[in-house]
Amino acid sequence: MDNTLIEARGLSRHYDVSSGLFGKTATVKALSNASFSLQAGRTLAVVGESGCGKSTLARVVTMIEQPSSGELTLDGHHIRSDEPLTAAQQADLRASVQIVFQDPFGSLNPRQTIGRILEEPVLINRPQVSRAEREQQAREMLAMVGLRPEHYDRYPHMFSGGQRQRIAVARALMLDPRILVLDEPVSALDLSIQSQILNLLVELQERLNLAYLFISHDLSVVRHMADDVMVMYLGRVVEKGAASEVFDTPRHPYTRALLSATPVADPTREQTRIRLEGELPSPLNPPAGCAFNPRCWKAEERCRQSAPELDTQEAHPVACYFPL
Amino acid sequence: MTVSDNSQAVPNSTAEAQSGAMARPGRFREFWSYFSENTGAVVGLVIFLAFILIAAFADVLAPHSPTEQFRQALLQPPVWQEGGTSEFLLGTDAIGRDLLSRLIHGARYSFFIGIIVVVIAAGSGVFIGLVAGFARGWVDTLIMRLMDILLAFPSLLLALVMVAILGPSLINAMIAIAIVLQPHYVRLTRAAVLQELPKDYVTSARVVGASRLRLMFVTVLPNCLAPIIVQAALSFSTAILDAAALGFLGLGAQPPTPEWGTMLADSREFVLRAWWVVTFPGLAILINVLAINLMGDGLRDALDPKLKRS
Amino acid sequence: MPLLDVRNLSVDFKTANGQFRAVDGVDVQVDVGDVLAIVGESGSGKSVSMLALMGLLPWTATITADSMMFDGVDLSTASDRKRRSIIGKDVAMIFQEPMSSLNPCFTVGFQLREALKAHLPLSRRERQKRAIELLEQVGLPEPERRLRAFPHQLSGGMCQRVMIAMAIACKPKLLIADEPTTALDVTIQAQILELLLDLQKDTGMALVLITHDMGVVAETAQRVSVQYAGQKVEEQGVRDLFASPHHPYTSALLDALPERATTKHLPSIPGVVPGQFDRPAGCLFSPRCQYADDHCRQVKPGTASEELGHARCHYPLIKGVPQREAS
Repeated sequence: MDNTLIEARGLSRHYDVSSGLFGKTATVKALSNASFSLQAGRTLAVVGESGCGKSTLARVVTMIEQPSSGELTLDGHHIRSDEPLTAAQQADLRASVQIVFQDPFGSLNPRQTIGRILEEPVLINRPQVSRAEREQQAREMLAMVGLRPEHYDRYPHMFSGGQRQRIAVARALMLDPRILVLDEPVSALDLSIQSQILNLLVELQERLNLAYLFISHDLSVVRHMADDVMVMYLGRVVEKGAASEVFDTPRHPYTRALLSATPVADPTREQTRIRLEGELPSPLNPPAGCAFNPRCWKAEERCRQSAPELDTQEAHPVACYFPL
Repeated sequence: MTVSDNSQAVPNSTAEAQSGAMARPGRFREFWSYFSENTGAVVGLVIFLAFILIAAFADVLAPHSPTEQFRQALLQPPVWQEGGTSEFLLGTDAIGRDLLSRLIHGARYSFFIGIIVVVIAAGSGVFIGLVAGFARGWVDTLIMRLMDILLAFPSLLLALVMVAILGPSLINAMIAIAIVLQPHYVRLTRAAVLQELPKDYVTSARVVGASRLRLMFVTVLPNCLAPIIVQAALSFSTAILDAAALGFLGLGAQPPTPEWGTMLADSREFVLRAWWVVTFPGLAILINVLAINLMGDGLRDALDPKLKRS
Repeated sequence: MPLLDVRNLSVDFKTANGQFRAVDGVDVQVDVGDVLAIVGESGSGKSVSMLALMGLLPWTATITADSMMFDGVDLSTASDRKRRSIIGKDVAMIFQEPMSSLNPCFTVGFQLREALKAHLPLSRRERQKRAIELLEQVGLPEPERRLRAFPHQLSGGMCQRVMIAMAIACKPKLLIADEPTTALDVTIQAQILELLLDLQKDTGMALVLITHDMGVVAETAQRVSVQYAGQKVEEQGVRDLFASPHHPYTSALLDALPERATTKHLPSIPGVVPGQFDRPAGCLFSPRCQYADDHCRQVKPGTASEELGHARCHYPLIKGVPQREAS
């Protein structure tokens, strides 16, 4: 049985941005030509710095935004950029893809009790479920994420960041989704709380056979969580592969630089840091050719002329003319 | 640390749940502690409550009927002045009505005006503001330019024009004032909505599939209420003031209604001969408006998150 | 004599619900040329203690200390004038959010020259020259052009470089960096940390780095001070701290790092940092500590000897084993 839950082919999302009142509109390619697949029970991590398109990817996969082009298959439903979904399809998809946001302080409605927050998804999508049953489900979910039943009537401001993130996870799970998009789920949390939430996520995945699309900039967390890794730079996937391969033998210069720039909590480690010059380019005005060429130490004339493509046939593909 | 794995519930649950989320004082206590820091606000609140009580028990408190004319005691001065009697504590007006009783009954009209105006203005303003904030695009532009036009007129002038069209009466005056005050609510609500919309909790309600109406009224609106409540308190006093002004100009409540502004207008010609007929209604308006404004400031301190310290 | 010597610093905040102790009896010593990292989670008071030193806390804060000696001057008793002549000149600070640390209404050059004007007797021309020098020093390309730019025209990393330029403008003896790279991307973070360390080496100033990131600590600091719930729980040299932490909190924190994990299940610290309303009577870490006993829960621990990292613990760890009899 094929248990592929997400299948993306050439997924893109462009925004039209107007500069000033009468300025001409520019197109920002927040996400271009991303292809990947994700199976049940597995974790695909999306890694990159700000502006690399990882959050846009999360928004497209959770259907907050329509893709501009490309194909996306979520749990057997095809989403195409040219035909909007019917209401029934949307409802089906909502039940299978849910999202957990980075900031647990912004993602819970401050004026709703935990019970109402948890019940809202059921109330909206399954109106046939009785009130008592809804409450029962919410209370069970509280227990599942490690909170106590009496938290049901409390408001979000009474909880710490870690507890709120548990609530956010609980809400995402209320519709029994098969895919969970985790948008930097632990980067707003303290270290001691971070490990609690990571453990919770690992256990939930094992128990419910969830597929995780794990978006993060923290490579040590990604290394711990991910089965597969996709490295993005300025809206493009530059490298993709099994986590161990990408971390141990990075092929794209950017991946290599990113790995070496990440501080490691080991003062005795020899530092062989690749020093990247310059800033991240603006997505409004990307450099010609390979987006990474102005900062790359291996860049040659060819890199400035045309952008290398990712060969999706390979097991560990890389979008670079001179891979390491 | 090894926490018992593979138990029914997820590990760490007990420890996480035991500490945290306990003994934190309730919202009201927190609100009160901010509010009570502002002495003026507390004084305002006390006066405001006193006015409410007076308005509520006007029939019991007032020594006379507000419209009964005592022909033997025209323009009688207050009790402490020569010629005053204890029967008419604050004196009588030109046709022998007891000033104190009229003021006490006038409090009713003031609150009536304040509440009706605020309800109409806030109700419609918040709704239009929500629509504008959610719709964006041309609907938003249209609504906001209309509000800009309304705001471009001097408020009292606009109210005057509207009363002139509708005809002078207390109800029409209230409608006119409500229309004049309503753009403030529209702007405030729209700004608050735009501030809340990009927040993650709204997005997650969207991901869950909340309809637009649900997003507007259930998800976003409760989070925009704090500034609206403050505005409501402040426009309560504006409404009283504007109604008094319209009454004074003869376009609001009509005599013999004991409305404070109308009372002022009736006694204009006696300013030099009998100071009390003008002074007491004027003072009543002043104290009432001042108290509400002080209270509104305190509300702002307590409810506006931007002014909160952590 | 250390450059900075703060003894028994406490900071209380007046909140809506009574007094809250954010910093509780913290000692800080920084020598000339030292790189001290102060590590802690949110609510550990790591920033507050340094803000107290700078006099940057709001009126709701009450600061008490036995002494706050900086370069021979006691800041807690010095006059406001004296204090102002030291703060900003000899002690400088940079913050987490570089974008909001700069005033968006003025050009970078204007703000940089203002900083110079406040403390140094330079002419207009000299100030301009020094401003260019400073931007070169912090590695901003095309300094003349950058001086005319407004903060919103620069990226976060460039803004942080400008902030650093401003901070080192008067050649401070001590630079306090409060989470200087938390808001920045990984590759930019590496650049900024490198810059800070290079500047520290070149000028010989002392650097206090406030952070929550153990990786940053390991790669930059010489000495590390760990704070928990307003108290300093341990202080050691960086290698010793990572090799053998003496306080159970430090030890648990290091174990919770995903990169040190050996299994999919991370060792984690149960519970949360105590807040205003659930401060334990004894050791503040006792509700979350795996070694705690009744003694820990009832009696506040003192600090251990220097070999034990000044651990504020009844039973400091040696090679991961609590020393029950040592107390």
